[in-house]
Amino acid sequence: MLTKQRGPGGPAPSRYGNEETPVHVHGFLTEKLSLNLDKSVTTSATCGSSVTYGTSAPSESAVGEPGGCEGRRGLPRSLGWPPCSMTQSVVVQGKLRVEGGTPLARSQAASFATNVRSVSFLSLFLSLIAVGQCGNQIGCCFWDLALREHAAVNQKGIYDEAISSFFRNVDTRVVGDGGSISKGKICSLKARAVLIDMEEGVVNEILQGPLRDVFDTKQLITDISGSGNNWAVGHRVFGNLYQEQILEKLRKSAEHCDCLQCFFIIHSMGGGTGSGLGTFLLKVLEDEFPEVYRLVTSVYPSGEDDVITSPYNSILAMKELNEHADCVLPIDNQSLFDIISKIDLMVNSGKLGTTIKPKSLVTSSAGASKKRQEKPFDAMNNIVANLLLNLTSSARFEGSLNMDLNEISMNLVPFPQLHYLVSSLTPLYTLADVNIPPRRLDQMFSDAFSKHHQLIQADPKHNLYLACALMVRGNVQISDLRRNIERLKPSLQFVSWNQEGWKTSLCSVPPVGHSYSLLALANNTCVKPTFVELRERFMRLYKKKAHLHHYLQIEGMEESCFTEAVSSLSALIQEYNQLDATKSMPVEDLPRLSIAV
Amino acid sequence: MSIVTLQLGQCGNQIGFEVFDALFSDSHCPQRLCSKRENEAYQASCKERFFSEEENGVPIARAVLVDMEPKVINQTLLKAAQSGRWKYGQHSGFCQKQGSGNNWAYGYSVHGPRHEEPILNLIQKEAEKCDSLSGFFIIMSMAGGTGSGLGAFVTQNLQDQYSSSLKMNQIIWPYGTGEVIVQNYNSILTLSHLYRSSDALLVHENDAVHKICAKLMNIKHISFSDINQVLAHQLGSVFQPTYSAEGSFHYRRNPLGIDWQVRPPLSGLPTLGKTSLNKELHFNTSIANLLILRGKDVHSADLGGFKDPALYTSWLAPDNAFNVWKTQRAFSKYEKSAALVSNSQFLVKPLDVIVGKAWNMFASKAYIHQYTKFGIEEEDFLDSFTLLEQVVASYRNL
Repeated sequence: MLTKQRGPGGPAPSRYGNEETPVHVHGFLTEKLSLNLDKSVTTSATCGSSVTYGTSAPSESAVGEPGGCEGRRGLPRSLGWPPCSMTQSVVVQGKLRVEGGTPLARSQAASFATNVRSVSFLSLFLSLIAVGQCGNQIGCCFWDLALREHAAVNQKGIYDEAISSFFRNVDTRVVGDGGSISKGKICSLKARAVLIDMEEGVVNEILQGPLRDVFDTKQLITDISGSGNNWAVGHRVFGNLYQEQILEKLRKSAEHCDCLQCFFIIHSMGGGTGSGLGTFLLKVLEDEFPEVYRLVTSVYPSGEDDVITSPYNSILAMKELNEHADCVLPIDNQSLFDIISKIDLMVNSGKLGTTIKPKSLVTSSAGASKKRQEKPFDAMNNIVANLLLNLTSSARFEGSLNMDLNEISMNLVPFPQLHYLVSSLTPLYTLADVNIPPRRLDQMFSDAFSKHHQLIQADPKHNLYLACALMVRGNVQISDLRRNIERLKPSLQFVSWNQEGWKTSLCSVPPVGHSYSLLALANNTCVKPTFVELRERFMRLYKKKAHLHHYLQIEGMEESCFTEAVSSLSALIQEYNQLDATKSMPVEDLPRLSIAV
Repeated sequence: MSIVTLQLGQCGNQIGFEVFDALFSDSHCPQRLCSKRENEAYQASCKERFFSEEENGVPIARAVLVDMEPKVINQTLLKAAQSGRWKYGQHSGFCQKQGSGNNWAYGYSVHGPRHEEPILNLIQKEAEKCDSLSGFFIIMSMAGGTGSGLGAFVTQNLQDQYSSSLKMNQIIWPYGTGEVIVQNYNSILTLSHLYRSSDALLVHENDAVHKICAKLMNIKHISFSDINQVLAHQLGSVFQPTYSAEGSFHYRRNPLGIDWQVRPPLSGLPTLGKTSLNKELHFNTSIANLLILRGKDVHSADLGGFKDPALYTSWLAPDNAFNVWKTQRAFSKYEKSAALVSNSQFLVKPLDVIVGKAWNMFASKAYIHQYTKFGIEEEDFLDSFTLLEQVVASYRNL
């Protein structure tokens, strides 16, 4: 029930920032009530409630209108607020009349009378930073998917906790900053994103496309000349040039958050901007926001990459990833392409009774680019977008075994330098606009460990696991999870000190249009071949000093940068080698402490 | 006398809800197998322990809900309120936005001190509502970050602030095969700290309860909800009122008032060599057993088997170690039901396994950097290992 508490009820209420008597509203609504307000106010819904608001005089109980967008604007700056209670907030200024709900609820809400104002908007945020062409194309797919997922899950259009993790609710009628509205009906959603590119092409396309309103133009950093596929240009030239701007945009974006949990950075390794400027960003983030996790999705160059200098760019970027990222999810185009081919095969074979779904969600993103001509990378980018959505689902939606983002690092990174996680998404058909009758649930688990379902060229089954996370969405129970772990364990090798190295989570909300899905994250020595191959390609170029002058002519770049980068990678590879050496050794229990009783 | 329940973390809150629900359902169960007056006394006693009065008659659970992220608490509060039969207090929840990341050190060293004041204030408010406080019942898991780390911190604080009240921690033992990778670290840190500050550790293993659901109840797709309900049923049957003495018809006032202190014989414990030769570990030796009988024919039950000296360690007489509580009032529509709370060697093996796994991981220093980041050093780990090895050894030598 709605309740109110007058006066300085809780610790330090006066921090809640307005000049009138601060009052806290605690509680939650458990039934549908219409609040008709005589004056326009700022209103909001509390978690778990379904409240509809009317704005004007009692005669006009317009249920469903957004509650008073006039009135007190914006929220006090919330940085440094110690939220000390779990209130959800706010309400009303002026007379309140309540309709609907049970008599009990009405009387409770009505005793809630006038002149109640308050506060508090606790939110957990995730901020997405897309750098470079690849990063922005993927980013765009991501936002499209995120919007559609939230639209499907949140049918009432109330700006709730789940949406707030990725989007701000903004009243665009107000000029200037378009201050954030606390909660209530969704006015206009702005993505918590920063888009960075040193060429205008991709970002412009996004801003002219259907998602243009989702991005705050102040959250863009662009240039025109591009980085010329040169890591040094991206990292040093543009890094220096745009450092202040980047910092400013990031601070601004963080200001709207009470609690910024994680930065997601999306970029590619082989080019210039994503690779160079993207990794420059990591250092900046580490200095400016040391407490916030940096989770990086990196697209590694495939064997037949058309950028000649991609090995240089990748190796130079790897060093930065080693040192400044908390967690890296490596992806490569070849694997994505293989997965798409597999899906196409499944669809076209017609054997499984597949039908094309009318309402697409996934591989063909309707929003991101020109509708009819599907660019070849669209389907592939959607896979990565799905990865990010599923990764954050347990943090955004409820479930019987939740998993926050900081738990990813805690459980999957046993040693700071070994933070590369191989990912797989199953079932594959959740990545397609097809309606395939669900196969056995257990098949989903089996597939997650197959080398054909990984997002990089890797074979986790035949290598050594340091740790593994299974993030399940949908109608799956703990017993299903346990049964499958028991079943698959014997065929997997775990390092001796982590024989039961499983982290599991259950999120109740499935991906749109499907009953369940699984995201598996593995810290496994199977990443090693990718790195070894990268090093080989690098050495082939470097031995001949090919194209080196493009880099050395940039101020601050010397040959030592290259040698340091390659030795950093070699050290990493060596770590994996040492772990692999323990693979066939028998697992022995170490002698325990002996105690004198 | 009342019990204040502290629900910590996702596990604690989910279970806590089921416990109160089970207590309430039983209290208002139509089939009672006893007289009306009897039933009213039972209900009143249950109410006094677990619920407080509200203006419009909806009982409010004597509980404080704490979590470092909001989703679970919100859901728990909602579920209770929606049931319409009982609910949680409006101001009894405390949560933050960012969880503890499965990190015991974060829960203990960061969240603990940071939120000490508001949490203890909430507890105090709840305690003050009681006419007479028996003690605290703290529900937490060992595997995660909030329940385990923050739980250990709060229990320590309660030790200081409420030294005369009993503190009983309900600990959930995680599944052997991973829920959380660092669960063994979190477990040993939790247990070693609780050993110093808690009065009693009541343990439920997820694996064991899971088996009950699968084998005894034949549930096909077991969910956490099923598991929590079984747990709640067990706890309910322990905590609901029983007669205070043989033949008396008053309900005992102090629900946690078992004599939890086990006193070793004045002559000291027997030397090691002898006892370990005689007793093989396949026979579970107890220090104390509490049997709770509810329903029909409780007074004529034959309890001889429980007094067999072979069940108990050599330096204890069965009469000192065995207690039985009874009531004619049936529990939750079961004509006859029995519950056994046992302080015995039963948990030695699971504990030993956890300590072993944690030790192996510790030897390779895996994940240690995540803990040292927040002030838990290797020495703290070693202290924990030492303490728990001592516990294992002590129990083994019964």
